[in-house]
Amino acid sequence: MKEPEVTPQLAEELGLKREEYERILSILGRKPNYTELGIFAAMWSEHCSYKSSRKFLKRFPTSGPQVIQGPGENAGVVDIGDGLAVVFKMESHNHPSYIEPYQGAATGVGGILRDIFTMGARPIANMDSLHFGELDFPRMKFLVEGVVAGIGDYGNCVGVPTVAGETYFEKEYNYNILVNAFTLGIAKKDKIFYGRASGPGNKVLYVGSRTGRDGIHGATMASEEFSEDTEEKKPTVQVGDPFTEKLLLEACLEVMDKDLIVGIQDMGAAGLTSSSFEMAGRAATGMILHLDRVPVREEGMTPYEIMLSESQERMLIVAKKGKEEEVKKIFEKWDLQAVEIGEIIEEQVIRGYFKGEKVFELPVKPLTEEAPVYDRPRKKPLYLEEVKNLDPLPEPEDYEKIIKQLIIRPNIASKRWIYRQYDHMVQINTVIRPGGDAALLRIKGTEKYLALVVESNARYVYLDPLEGSKWIMAEAAVNLACVGARPLAITDCLNFGNPEKPEIMWQFEQSVEGISQACEVFETPVVSGNVSFYNETNGKPILPTPAIGMVGIKEGMKKVPQNYFAGEGNSIYLLGSSPLSIAGSEYLKMLTGEIKGELPSLNLELIKNSVEALIELWNRGIIESSHDISEGGAAIALLEMTFGKKIGFMVKLPKDIRKDFFLFSEVPGKILVEVKKGNAEKVIEVAEKWKIPLTFLGTTGGERAIVEGVFDLSINEVFHLWDSALEKTLTA
Amino acid sequence: MKFGVVVFPGSNCERDCYHVVKNVLGQESKYLWHKDRDLGGVDVLIIPGGFSYGDYLRAGSIARFSPIMEEIIRFAKRGGLVIGICNGFQILVESGLLPGALMVNKNLKFICEDVYLRVETTDTPFTRLFRKHEVVKMPIAHKEGNYFAPPDVIKRLEDEERVVFRYSTPDGEIAEDANPNGSVNNIAGIVNEGRNVLGMMPHPERMAEKILGGDDGKKVFASLLEVF
Repeated sequence: MKEPEVTPQLAEELGLKREEYERILSILGRKPNYTELGIFAAMWSEHCSYKSSRKFLKRFPTSGPQVIQGPGENAGVVDIGDGLAVVFKMESHNHPSYIEPYQGAATGVGGILRDIFTMGARPIANMDSLHFGELDFPRMKFLVEGVVAGIGDYGNCVGVPTVAGETYFEKEYNYNILVNAFTLGIAKKDKIFYGRASGPGNKVLYVGSRTGRDGIHGATMASEEFSEDTEEKKPTVQVGDPFTEKLLLEACLEVMDKDLIVGIQDMGAAGLTSSSFEMAGRAATGMILHLDRVPVREEGMTPYEIMLSESQERMLIVAKKGKEEEVKKIFEKWDLQAVEIGEIIEEQVIRGYFKGEKVFELPVKPLTEEAPVYDRPRKKPLYLEEVKNLDPLPEPEDYEKIIKQLIIRPNIASKRWIYRQYDHMVQINTVIRPGGDAALLRIKGTEKYLALVVESNARYVYLDPLEGSKWIMAEAAVNLACVGARPLAITDCLNFGNPEKPEIMWQFEQSVEGISQACEVFETPVVSGNVSFYNETNGKPILPTPAIGMVGIKEGMKKVPQNYFAGEGNSIYLLGSSPLSIAGSEYLKMLTGEIKGELPSLNLELIKNSVEALIELWNRGIIESSHDISEGGAAIALLEMTFGKKIGFMVKLPKDIRKDFFLFSEVPGKILVEVKKGNAEKVIEVAEKWKIPLTFLGTTGGERAIVEGVFDLSINEVFHLWDSALEKTLTA
Repeated sequence: MKFGVVVFPGSNCERDCYHVVKNVLGQESKYLWHKDRDLGGVDVLIIPGGFSYGDYLRAGSIARFSPIMEEIIRFAKRGGLVIGICNGFQILVESGLLPGALMVNKNLKFICEDVYLRVETTDTPFTRLFRKHEVVKMPIAHKEGNYFAPPDVIKRLEDEERVVFRYSTPDGEIAEDANPNGSVNNIAGIVNEGRNVLGMMPHPERMAEKILGGDDGKKVFASLLEVF
């Protein structure tokens, strides 16, 4: 088959800039052939190389006594004691999910699962962060249905529970939805596997599904803006097979358990190309690859296609010397192929052969650690000044009407329609299920519990990338504390627009700074993550959307930390404090249709103390329930606390405040706690010890939700509105 | 007592069943590989939930051709105790050990949530620790759990008191709105004629420990201990 002639124009078509092409010529001292050009284009794509973000990601705090492996590997690894480690990461699958929602989302889950079990960890939990456009926008319901079904079908089949998540609806995602998937696995601390191709002479094995023509150019597609020709890009989306993934998972864990391999990596974005180059890069070795030995799905596949296919459910393994046959036997047991396709060499180059003929030869370093890094220009966007100006908003007269409108908004309403489609209980560890402030999982055989949350309210980041990113971090930390857990570490998925625009890069830098500052306060290093740029269509970017996946640990279980009222006649307190502001709130958006306001800055140290106080309260079992105030504000938080057991409340607002600001402010750092009469003194002592304010608000009981002089609602009525709203909208 | 948990490619609740039998009930538990023919002298076989063979073609339809299925059928015909949960129930139906079929849920979606069940008979080895018409809570997690059989088969099942669980309201009413998937007469679980083979869509192993929200499911397994 005749390959296209390599020209600067062809390089450009593959996503390489003119100066990048020049750089390739000087590295090789010759013109690359077609396959080599394809490999460069994939490895130097934004998606694989992080060329625009790398400089800034260095700002993240990544170390700590708990960190076993920080960023740079397939996933981060954190020590949780008892000889165990958790392995986790979050990754985006935005572009594919917009083009083909079901497969895009499904393969997003598949990819992140492989990133986890490739490290020797058994995946025990999934989460997802989803951002959709407005539900009345054309095609949006189809996207929601497809994404949810794709996530569900994949995770359900592999048998990994989806235990928590978040879903937002906002017009800025009408043309570019976000699908971020998180997986956490658990492993023995001394049995972690890495993506390193060590030991010259060791054999390289290809395992899993056959290679097809699907997903070629997936990585480059994900590194471009969208335009009208989205439909034409369908072939760049991969197709998932969760059943094969499950077999692959079991087979990989078995060869690891028997200590038969040296290194292993998923063939994710850019497939065989990225896995071979990255593995060699980390081990400072090289590789010989015989591409004609790669099991293929179709006849006549070229070396170019084999190197760049993104067919799913495939892994590259470096076997221990003499253990190759044992590895093959285990894969055979699971009805999977394991084929020797090459070996490790000392020289840091990768040479590809096809039917005995050399088809490419490339040095490893220029494609991995020496890939281009850009210090792109940054400029504060003009909109930031404009959005600060909030027109005076009259105080509402009818609060009951406002609440009934607010509670059915897709961002506030129950997400049960979504999480009901996810198996969230398989593996029988889920103590707190979706719908809680954070998920809580037991770790069998220990007295420990893992808490997980994913958090990303992009409105705040849009209004103030630095402060807004701190807000998100604060909210995540408070969520974990609400289930009694101490934050341990984070992963992130940074979804932004086109980095070649200085305003986008400015948002990015500020956001990284905000996350970093909060990480320092909460002592939560960043152990893994992902950057997704080019989330723009026809030049219009999404809201800057950093999503944080935070993992925490709870020791012991005196009382299961629920977020709904446990009994009648208990006291409701407000723990912690933060400024009252409706900037960026759902309330403001509902009334004005705008995302506006100046974010007040948070006292993170105070919030850290509130987190510690809450952990102590749960550890001592002296509160009955706790729930953080976030989207929708205190009014919605109070109502949500009535839903679990249908227990109402009677609350009196503090004096001299604007009632709607108190009820609808979303500024993080405030927590509602329910306290039994006999425990009030102890709770007050804890608050004093941590120097945080504690305000009595009212008592639980009855069938009505009452804020004296403001509203008086039937909790059953409000519950049904909240519970059915999303389903009604989606099926309308 | 010795339990065997059958592992097909794609099973994903085998570890959960194993855990409950071994660590909650303190009984001997072992995995049985689908390519094996030796049942290892077990007293009870559990066919766990999951997606055997990816549920390709139809849930449970390929698993029945596994070598171990012949042995399971022989074991069941001799009166051996078999529990099929979720995908396990689908496999039992496909293999002819239980009548009827499990169709796609009436809302065409996967459903994972707690449901209430009314215990219809205590005259099985799996339910003797329950009270008749006791209402219990267990989760379901399936896309194909809509039980169907022709009217004459349903009549026979009901006449012979072989319907073991029905979806109900928390008060034990067999109502349409308590039926999550469209099953005929709210049927959630049945036994064979010999009453030694149970198939059920809800997951008892997921509700066998209080920390997970309840332990009603534990009784399904614990009832068996009373048998011997």
